[in-house]
Amino acid sequence: MVKPEVVLDFLRLRDMGLLLVLGGAVAVTLAAYHLGPRLLARPLAGETFLRHPSEMTVRTIAGAALFGVGWGLSGVCPGPAIANLGTGDWPVAIALAGMVAGAYVQGRIAKLE
Amino acid sequence: MADLFPQGWQHYLAGGLLLGAGMSLLFLATGLIGGMSTVFTTVWSFFSSAPYFREERFVSSRAWRLVYAIGIVLGALAWRLASGDAFLTHVPYWQLAAGGFIAGYGARLANGCTAGHGICGMASLQPASILAVLTFIATAMITANLVRVFA
Repeated sequence: MVKPEVVLDFLRLRDMGLLLVLGGAVAVTLAAYHLGPRLLARPLAGETFLRHPSEMTVRTIAGAALFGVGWGLSGVCPGPAIANLGTGDWPVAIALAGMVAGAYVQGRIAKLE
Repeated sequence: MADLFPQGWQHYLAGGLLLGAGMSLLFLATGLIGGMSTVFTTVWSFFSSAPYFREERFVSSRAWRLVYAIGIVLGALAWRLASGDAFLTHVPYWQLAAGGFIAGYGARLANGCTAGHGICGMASLQPASILAVLTFIATAMITANLVRVFA
C-alpha cells in the first residue's frame, strides 16, 4: 500500500489487493471499536474512548471528492505519504510536501467552527 | 483469483490486519482515533497563528499525533530493513505534486482520508464516512483512468 503503483492498479481495476488491505483493517478496527468500550470501563492507559467525528455535510462530501481526485492522480494518501519517509521511496516526499501545503491552504481559508 | 490478485493476496490481507491491529491497539490503550490527515493541520499549529490552526481540537492533539506519525515512519523503516525492498515509484513528479496538494486540501476539508474515514469512520459505521469513502473511491477511479488515457 505504500507503493503508489499498487494504489493506481487498484483504481484501474487491475489488482484488487487494496480492498483486502482496507477490508482487513476495517474488520479488526470495527471489532476493537465495538468491543473495547463494552469490555473496558476506560482505555488501558487513557481517560475516555473517543469517536471519529464524521459529519454528513456538503463540506465532508466535497472534500472527499477532491481528495479522491488527488489520490487518483498521485496514488498517494496521507498515511503512506508519511510512512514513505521510512521506506526511502523519496519521490513520494513530493506528494507529502504537496499534502502539507494543501492542508495549510485549507486551514488559512477555512471557516472557523 | 490470479486475475483479481496478479501479485498474490496474502500480503495484502496480512497488511490490512496489521494496520487494523495498530488502530485497535491505539484505541484500546488510549481511546484515541488514529486518523492520519489531521497530523498535517496539527503540525501547522506549531508554526502558524492563523485562527483555524489554533482551534483547541488541533492544539490539544498535536503532540500525540506527531508521536503517532513518527511511529509510523519507524514501522515503515523496520519493514524496509526486514524486506530489503528498495522500491522507487515511477509516478511522474507533476502527478505526485499536484495530486498531493489536492489530496491534502480535500482530506482536511472532509476532515478525514483513507485512514480517518476509510478505516476509523467505517469501523464506527458512520454513514457520513461510508458516503465519503464511496465518493473518494469513485472520483479516484475516474481520475486514475483519465490520467492513464491522456497523460
